[in-house]
Amino acid sequence: MLEIQNLHTKIGDKEILKGLNLSIKAGEVHAIMGPNGSGKSTLANVLAGRDGYEVTQGSVEYEGKDLLELAPEERAWAGIFLAFQYPVEIPGVNNVYLLKAAVNAIRKNRGEQELDAVEFLALIKDKMKLVKMKDDLLSRSVNEDFSGGEKKRNEIFQMAVLEPKLAILDETDSGLDIDALKIVSEGVNSLRNEERSIILVTHYQRLLDYIKPDYVHVLSGGKIIKSGGPELALELEEKGYDWIVKDDKGENEAA
Amino acid sequence: MSQENMNNNAQHYLAEFDQFQETVERDWFSEQRQSALKLFIETGFPSSRLENWKYTDVRPIAKQSFSNVSTTTSITTEEIDAIRFQDIDCYELVFINGVYSKEHSRLDGLTENIVIENMADALAKDKDLLEKHLSQYADNNVSPFTALNTAFIQHGTYINVPKNTVVDKPINILYLSKDNAQPLATHPRNLVIMGEHAEATLIENYIGLDDANYFTNVVTEVSLSTASILKHYKIQQESVNAYHIGNLNVTQGKDSLFKSHSISLGGSLVRNDIYGQLAAEGASIVLNGLYMTDGKQHVDNHTRVDHLKPNTHSTENYRGVLNGKSRGVFNGKVVVHPQAQKIEAHQNNANLLLSDDAEIDTKPELEIYADDVKCSHGATVGQLDKNMLFYLRSRAIDEDTARSLLTYAFVNEIISDISLVPIKNRLEHLIIGQLPDAELIREFTNE
Ligand SMILES: Nc1ncnc2c1ncn2[C@@H]1O[C@H](COP(=O)(O)OP(=O)(O)OP(=O)(O)O)[C@@H](O)[C@H]1O
Ligand SMILES: [Mg+2]
Repeated sequence: MLEIQNLHTKIGDKEILKGLNLSIKAGEVHAIMGPNGSGKSTLANVLAGRDGYEVTQGSVEYEGKDLLELAPEERAWAGIFLAFQYPVEIPGVNNVYLLKAAVNAIRKNRGEQELDAVEFLALIKDKMKLVKMKDDLLSRSVNEDFSGGEKKRNEIFQMAVLEPKLAILDETDSGLDIDALKIVSEGVNSLRNEERSIILVTHYQRLLDYIKPDYVHVLSGGKIIKSGGPELALELEEKGYDWIVKDDKGENEAA
Repeated sequence: MSQENMNNNAQHYLAEFDQFQETVERDWFSEQRQSALKLFIETGFPSSRLENWKYTDVRPIAKQSFSNVSTTTSITTEEIDAIRFQDIDCYELVFINGVYSKEHSRLDGLTENIVIENMADALAKDKDLLEKHLSQYADNNVSPFTALNTAFIQHGTYINVPKNTVVDKPINILYLSKDNAQPLATHPRNLVIMGEHAEATLIENYIGLDDANYFTNVVTEVSLSTASILKHYKIQQESVNAYHIGNLNVTQGKDSLFKSHSISLGGSLVRNDIYGQLAAEGASIVLNGLYMTDGKQHVDNHTRVDHLKPNTHSTENYRGVLNGKSRGVFNGKVVVHPQAQKIEAHQNNANLLLSDDAEIDTKPELEIYADDVKCSHGATVGQLDKNMLFYLRSRAIDEDTARSLLTYAFVNEIISDISLVPIKNRLEHLIIGQLPDAELIREFTNE
């Protein structure tokens, strides 16, 4: 489904991703962990198509097509969804109307019938239950004056409604209280299926107790320096990153 | 011709005035007309060397020899029905090319003690009242355009709401401009006298048809007695080839409230001036404004509020959206006079530049001569927020729609504050209609 090869990206003069490789098959959940500033959000943003990033080398293929050629909205139409680390407040743009427009834009571009108001309401009612979304958040402006946790929950709610093929969750767990973490995780789990792939960016093993990943990767210095199964996350929780980062440097020097 | 006096068209205006005088009765006002004209001829059109006109060059108006003679003063019922508010029950005065149309105006049902009539009729019969008020609130010396208007006062709206009276419906004035044999200058003059505890809503609509080339030079005077309230809307939709100069002068008594919404959408060269005099304790003025420009439009909004007495309040919030090669000017001045303690004055102007070639000059000004005051002012100029754009696009919204949505959200800050729903709806309709993906955006605003 997603094939990232030797990806190098720059912001201005600064190189951030430095030869990143990652391959994700349909239905898989990949956790990406790594120190602050290592490039996790950069990867998420590049996949979602934010401008300002220059890809200097490498390629990203999504469902066999060159992803980097697509505009952000085209990626959304193709089934990519990014849950933002810092969801943006948009005063004056109504949350639920945005969602309806999003759903219908995706349907339209896939040649499907657009939903009318009644059908759409039925759809979101279901999904609201899934993440225990409060009614009043729906009718407000997008994320405006939402608490940190409410913003994160809204992201997952949007994801549930949009049913992406590839969801990238950038630190969705940070800022959630314990109950909310459970609810959000259950929401994510219920969306798991053989066709849907998920990239989970997180700092905490705790999330991975709830959402069991198939793979765990460590991103450091703009590259994936170690990959493993869920047990890798436990090891990281215990030992931190130093041992791998050092290991990696050692390898680099040796090479 | 000197720069300060660019009245290269003095001969033209003198001739126009002579001709005009033959059409109106010699009466108690004739002398004032003559001295106003004299003043205009002496001062001439304002040069951009004057601080107050620094960013607005009125030579395009000065150069043209606009005629004062309306050759077209009729309109079909279908035409007018397409323009009127259909969903609002109001008293309505219709002017076509500056001339009052009794046929299309609707004033039936008006309570006897309230006066709403054509200025020309009022001039003829209400001498005593008019003498006290007409040309008392707008100063011919402040703007040559006001002097020019005063010289040519004829049609316009005279409103007198006696004390303790609430006008039961909004008063809507339609100033329609169409093609004329020669490009036309009109000088509408409105006078609104509000008695103690009187309340009314007034809408001034300026609408251009046929892409006509003309010049509207309006002056509105408002006098608010103790505890009276006037809600004022000005919706300027002149044609793309029109010039519009508007001067609104408000003098406020104790505990009175003047709330203004000034919406500027049309016109090629536009200048709106508002002067608010908070002349007694407890008076409040609220000035909201929106200007949206495109192409080569030039829209200048100047406001000045004088806090003359203690415990007076002013709030101003103007927003501008500038596209194409258009240019906007905002100058909001608040003067707090020495004896005006415990006043509050807040002012804000925010601008959205949608193109690289659009420009705005914004200047909020505070002059404070009292020490116990609460004042704030700010101005911003920016583009659409990149993070918001990306967020919307990542949610499947295409770029054009995302831009329109954010633009509308910016504008809606002003529109959403309009309490008269039909006006709000019409403005929404007009504004959204100018944006790409209008249908989709309309959905966002339905709730
Ligand atoms: N717009 C920018 N301009 C310059 N540097 C940037 C910009 N955005 C990110 N960076 C830098 O790129 C590096 C990677 O940032 P990124 O946000 O991808 O890190 P991260 O792994 O997500 O960190 P965290 O765990 O703190 O969220 C950081 O050093 C950051 O300062
Ligand atoms: Mg990050």
